[in-house]
Amino acid sequence: MRKTVNQKAWFLVLPVFLLVAFNALIPLMTVVNYSVQETFGDNVFTWAGVRWFEEVLRSDNFWNALQRQLLFTGLVLAIEIPLGLAIALTMPKKGFWVSVCLVLMSLPLLIPWNVVGAMWNIMALPEIGLLGKAINSLGINYNYTRQPVSAWFTLVLMDVWHWTSLVALLCYAGLVSIPDAYYQAAKVDGARRWAVFRYIQLPKLRHVLTIAVLLRFMDSFMIYTEPQVMTGGGPGSATTFLSIDLVKKGIGQFDLGPAAAMSIIYFLIILALSWLFYTLMMRNQEN
Amino acid sequence: MTLELRIVEKRVGAETHIHPTSVVMEDGSFNVLLGTTLAGKTTLMQLMAGIQKPTAGEIWFRGRNVTHVPVQKRNVSMVYQQFINYPNLSVFDNIASPLRVAGMDRKEIERRVGAAAELLRLAPMLQRRPSELSGGQQQRTAIARAVVKDSDLILLDEPLANLDYKLREELRDELPKLFAGRKAVVVYATTEPAEALLFGGNTATLHEGRITQFGGTAETYRNPHDLITAQVFSDPPINVTPVRKTATKLTVFGTVTWPAPKRLAKLPDGAYSLALRPHHVLPAGRAGAAGSFTGRVLVTEISGSESVIHVATPEGTWVSHSHGVHPFAIGAEARLHADLDHALFFDSTGARVM
Repeated sequence: MRKTVNQKAWFLVLPVFLLVAFNALIPLMTVVNYSVQETFGDNVFTWAGVRWFEEVLRSDNFWNALQRQLLFTGLVLAIEIPLGLAIALTMPKKGFWVSVCLVLMSLPLLIPWNVVGAMWNIMALPEIGLLGKAINSLGINYNYTRQPVSAWFTLVLMDVWHWTSLVALLCYAGLVSIPDAYYQAAKVDGARRWAVFRYIQLPKLRHVLTIAVLLRFMDSFMIYTEPQVMTGGGPGSATTFLSIDLVKKGIGQFDLGPAAAMSIIYFLIILALSWLFYTLMMRNQEN
Repeated sequence: MTLELRIVEKRVGAETHIHPTSVVMEDGSFNVLLGTTLAGKTTLMQLMAGIQKPTAGEIWFRGRNVTHVPVQKRNVSMVYQQFINYPNLSVFDNIASPLRVAGMDRKEIERRVGAAAELLRLAPMLQRRPSELSGGQQQRTAIARAVVKDSDLILLDEPLANLDYKLREELRDELPKLFAGRKAVVVYATTEPAEALLFGGNTATLHEGRITQFGGTAETYRNPHDLITAQVFSDPPINVTPVRKTATKLTVFGTVTWPAPKRLAKLPDGAYSLALRPHHVLPAGRAGAAGSFTGRVLVTEISGSESVIHVATPEGTWVSHSHGVHPFAIGAEARLHADLDHALFFDSTGARVM
């Protein structure tokens, strides 16, 4: 039997190919290009080999920023995932309050990121900000522009405020999709609240939770706008995360080669960790 | 007597889901709840189980008023249309779950799960997870969970509806054997009259939140007390037409006149409804004979050895269900014979008169 080959089909793929090319492939290749060459402007490039990669991997700045980044992402995940799940579990399943809850939950997600940063910046000011003044009046010395601990506390709190809703909404969608019959069956069996959570809700939410962890991991690992607006990476370099470090290198100091090399390393770290999360959570399910 | 509903009623807001209903189901009996979707089968089962509380009335079980006893304390098990199992537990743990909740010791659990798995042919897959099983095996697991503890009341809510044809037939054969010899009251909800007839036992026909009739399955089928029961318990749908009886004549479809069968001699003259099951309407007969009429063919469904012919009459569609292959062109005039010996007669309120 002969198959008819229709070459015209390629034209149908063309738009998506161009889209991906212009918005992913070409920028990525430009970065690869910069990462292995030396340039002083005027479009003059000389070959640099892996020099920039070595430079990045030898710099303390990079390793410190990576450590801060891992700590931040770890904290944020450890708080937002259980908190989001808990909120989703307590949200009503039907009735008038459902829409009220959903609207309230989505509000933080609708605010532009730099506005979130600016908002918290003002709110946390120790002299006049609602949060800053309140904490200080409790007798705790709090000043996020001077103390690393205060800066970290504020950033983590801000991120939790900003993004827990996303986890909660994802989990809520997952919970609502569990057929009522499961809860009834558990009731007939005489299962307690904890058993219902452990043996019905949690397993049924596994896919949704995997997505939530991945999204929150990638987003928090790339966080830039809010800390940039809030602390600018300070005090000192206490909140200089990878992205802030990268922008300083690339745009502040115009070290295009090292910045490009760092971008690629950064990208590979995210890719590797995402793959790890995904595989672990999915394997769990099979066993 | 064991399970007894005493004038049980269920209202939700302004809607009445179950109208006042009284029914008694004996130990060891197999009871079918037959009705269309939304007839109230699931609500009635949930009331029996104690998952929902009745708005009025009482539920008694083995001489005890259990109206306010929650389901966990009633020793009930339930199987649903969806295949409900704990997704991350093995088949063994799934079947064992009600026994573990009851705090049974390990040896006894293993023995019982083994027996239930043997009965439902799940023994080779005890270590698998529900997601690795076929739909039929998943439902077997759910059924095994229901039979593993000696429940007093076993409720099956359309358990075969989501299975494909072959598996459904297979399980349909096995289910009655599974429950035979048990002391439990078994209640089985279905939308299919054929299922009720296959299972035997007792059948309650449900319509819009009311039990229209309850009794032995064959008896309920042959002897419906009202038109609605006859309609609920017939598939393909029972044929109905207004009929006028005058002395020894019956006038149906407005124009067709038949001599009345002798058994109608005592029926006073007047207007009635005549209902006849499709297998008593056959493609045969000659013009003028008792029971003979014609109609325009709308659809013919011919399956191997059976023909289902839908014809238009002045009183709506009538269906004939016969053995053999009877091809009719669509739009053609078909002559059919209504077997009046099997015709059911109802008065204007729908009550059976003959």
